Amino acid sequence: MKRLASIALATAITLLLQGCAGWQSALDPKGPAASELAWLIWFFTGLCAVVWALVMIALAVPLTMRSRLHIDPLVLDAGADNRKLRAVMIAVGLTAVILVGLTLLSFFANRTLAAIGSDAALTIRVTGHQWWWEVRYEDATPSRILTTANEIHIPAGEPVRLLLTSTDVIHSFWVPSLSGKLDLVPGRMNVLDIKADKPGVYRGQCAEFCGAQHANMGTFIIAEPRAKFDAWWNDQLQPAAAPTSDEAKAGENLFLKRPCVMCHKIGGTPAGGTVAPDLTHVASRQTLAAGTLAMSRGNLAAWIADPQGVKPGSHMPVVDLSGDELNAIVAYLEGLK
Amino acid sequence: MSSADLTSERDLPSEREASAKGDIAPEHDGPRDTGMDDASLHHWLTRTWRTPPGIIGALSSVDHKVIARRYLITAFLFLCLGGLNAVVMRIQLSGPQRGLVGPDLYNQLFTMHGVTMMFLFAVPIVQATGIYLVPLMVGTRNIAFPRLNAFSFWIYVSGGLFAWVSFALAMAPDVGWFAYVPLSGPEYGPGKRADVWAQMITYTEVSSLAVAVATIVTVFKQRAPGMSLDKIPLYVWALLVTSFVVVFAMPAVMITSTFLILDRLVGTHIFNPAEGGDALLFQHLFWFFGHPEVYIIFLPATGMVSAIIPAFARRPAFGHLGLVLSLIAVGFLSFGLWVHHMFATGLPKLGASFFTASSMLIAIPNGVQIFCWLATLWDGRPVIRTPLLFVFGFFFTFVIGGLTGVMLASVPLDLQVHDTYFVVAHFHYVLIGGSVFPLLAAAYFWFPKITGRMMSERLGRWHFWLAMIGFNTAFFPMHIVGLWGMPRRVYTYPAELGWGNINLFISAGAVLFFLSFVLFAFNLVHGALRGATAGDNPWDAGTLEWATSSPPPSYNFARIPVVTNVEPLWAERGALPVATGLRVDVRELLVSTVAEAYPDIREKSATPSIWPLLAAIAVGATFLYSIFTPWAIVWGAAPIAVTLVGWFWPKGDPEDEE
Repeated sequence: MKRLASIALATAITLLLQGCAGWQSALDPKGPAASELAWLIWFFTGLCAVVWALVMIALAVPLTMRSRLHIDPLVLDAGADNRKLRAVMIAVGLTAVILVGLTLLSFFANRTLAAIGSDAALTIRVTGHQWWWEVRYEDATPSRILTTANEIHIPAGEPVRLLLTSTDVIHSFWVPSLSGKLDLVPGRMNVLDIKADKPGVYRGQCAEFCGAQHANMGTFIIAEPRAKFDAWWNDQLQPAAAPTSDEAKAGENLFLKRPCVMCHKIGGTPAGGTVAPDLTHVASRQTLAAGTLAMSRGNLAAWIADPQGVKPGSHMPVVDLSGDELNAIVAYLEGLK
Repeated sequence: MSSADLTSERDLPSEREASAKGDIAPEHDGPRDTGMDDASLHHWLTRTWRTPPGIIGALSSVDHKVIARRYLITAFLFLCLGGLNAVVMRIQLSGPQRGLVGPDLYNQLFTMHGVTMMFLFAVPIVQATGIYLVPLMVGTRNIAFPRLNAFSFWIYVSGGLFAWVSFALAMAPDVGWFAYVPLSGPEYGPGKRADVWAQMITYTEVSSLAVAVATIVTVFKQRAPGMSLDKIPLYVWALLVTSFVVVFAMPAVMITSTFLILDRLVGTHIFNPAEGGDALLFQHLFWFFGHPEVYIIFLPATGMVSAIIPAFARRPAFGHLGLVLSLIAVGFLSFGLWVHHMFATGLPKLGASFFTASSMLIAIPNGVQIFCWLATLWDGRPVIRTPLLFVFGFFFTFVIGGLTGVMLASVPLDLQVHDTYFVVAHFHYVLIGGSVFPLLAAAYFWFPKITGRMMSERLGRWHFWLAMIGFNTAFFPMHIVGLWGMPRRVYTYPAELGWGNINLFISAGAVLFFLSFVLFAFNLVHGALRGATAGDNPWDAGTLEWATSSPPPSYNFARIPVVTNVEPLWAERGALPVATGLRVDVRELLVSTVAEAYPDIREKSATPSIWPLLAAIAVGATFLYSIFTPWAIVWGAAPIAVTLVGWFWPKGDPEDEE
């Protein structure tokens, strides 16, 4: 009981301290769509709380009333029943009015949301894969089309249009602090407009159950000032950095000779696989394996050495590598900034 | 078929005349109950209606009470299994990155939890309660199509075994209880797991369709004389509407699972977008069943509430007509909301808004029910016993679930909370609050009728408070963690997201809630063995099931009651008027007209038979085999045909010869 109480206390304190904070919270909006939705959530919650309290009061009152036990249950007071009928009618009428109000409210909120991205200049195609996100920046100039994975850089303060689709099963793209979710359905293209008010990193994750590693299918939206975003895009368009150390050179060689090359692409090398994330600038990303591990030398090695231990069921196979070979590949990938 | 010569004894000038009427029966007629003394009537009826002795006899039983008891016990066992699934999941989620179970097992666990609770617990248990109570409440001797009813139980058991044996073999479905394609399709759902899901649905839908048909016919044609439409108890109305919803909703899921099996087994591409199929078609078909499914579970529970409140408020339900019309309205509207499960799939905005409006609309008839119950309670200080406590628990929790349902109906709001723990909280408030709490109330309320003994009131109160605290501790914080961004169906989560403490709190609540069911099970066993003797009508309630002994005899009523009021036992405080004229040497029922319940004809009721069990085994084996090859349908047809021939073999009755 004591432990339970302490857990309760801890939860209450966390709730107070955290408030609604968190980088993946619908109650901590960082963009116009999420702000509109947070307002809507609080309004509905408040109204529902009032309605619930009224029903509970109506339930509690008869417990305090005088008993009529001695009376035959079929002998009813017609006057009292008429008054009750009126009360029920009024309650039903009020319910109807509230519901019509809420329907209109959500209809207009939906219109507000639809207007947010109508003038989006930047279009990004997000394709869901089991269990990572392929991110392609569309551009009229083919050489400026950019493909990366899992992390989506956007210019802060500008609406961005996301085209959502999937090549395997249904996924759902959800970054709660920026907007509501939308599914990635194979054979269909959905459009989601997002906008981040300020620079920052906003976490999201797949919201539609998509198989073994649904839990580890995270994504990040990284909003940056326009200039920084443009610079990032230009950097990403460059082919992969050539390895400098001997170890890294050996790593590149190994990468191209081993099964890695079958699935992954590294721009500027013969590696051109498209079924797994593009690794041209993998070391510039903040996380590995769709938000499962932070980017670091140790985690790169862990992920390559034991993908099924880190993310059981994932499509990354175990590749038989000696310790030196593993170190060499890690050294190479680490240089791909 | 003999033409009706039944007459209410009440309307007859003297008993002698009534018995004379029985004597002028045609030659091949046997003895009738007209004018027979109580002892020989009991003797005759027991001999005619009892379940035969021995194991074969027990397996041949067609007594609705025997079948219902088996259903109730089996469904309760499945509830415990599904609950254990949930406890394992909650331990896994009690902290970030726990390693109790991996994703493979976790995905089977939540799928089995959903499948078990929806298809093996909730639907069967509400239907089973109806199988037990509806014939008693309408004053008849057995349910319509008793062999079909027995068959439905055996099919249900084989479906449950099929699912749980698969789980024991680590080949349980792992695609969620709604098994969306393409994840459950041939390409991304290898092995037999998704087939187990699709076929397990088939078992349960056959079983619940059978019960629905039997219930509808019982309510329409077997009501006691005088029980015109306006005098049907609200619980019976609820079961009638539910049965119609079953009849119209189940075929949709039958089509869904059959299409899925075809895609997986035969190589059709109905759901494959690469070949011109459509993945979203699956969702439309599934939810066209899936949303009414919620009301299949919820409507019988409202019927229970409508039966329990009058008994303890000591007056008939306020707004009887309004309650009936609400039930029917909910039944219809439940088919017009399915798209609100699909708002995040990217539907056209105007279409989605239409479903916002229709989803809001169903809150009105549900509101009418709530207000009418409150008005019933307002007549005076209600007698607070455990059943009524659970009804209060129902109000407390279900209203929260209903209101969060209104939130989910709003398209934009839904896009933030869809597929998160907010939704998990919502539907547990609706299903546990709206259905399990009324079921627990019903268990305490009708236990004395089923066993003849009372459950402990003191343990009942402990049970209630433990369940209420456990339930709300476990499920209320889920609303919050869902808004904090936690999606459902994740087997773990990173520590940085700060969901650890609240999840630990939720898990503690889940354990408490599970313990409340342990206490309930103890109270059930204790009550059945040691409980105080109940008597016919321990609550002084008004409907017909309380007119017979507890537990009721195999023939339910020695003489068919005549109904004069919606609460007949309150209207006829002395003795119920009865109708006589039924034969006692064969199983004979009184069939009445649909609207006025005017006695119409005497009809034979099926005798015990082992064939329904054999037919269920043949059908079950065919379903099982058909996850491996479509030819199973061809090979299985032969044994099924043999068992059906045995089932329907003519008994040499004159009417069979016509």
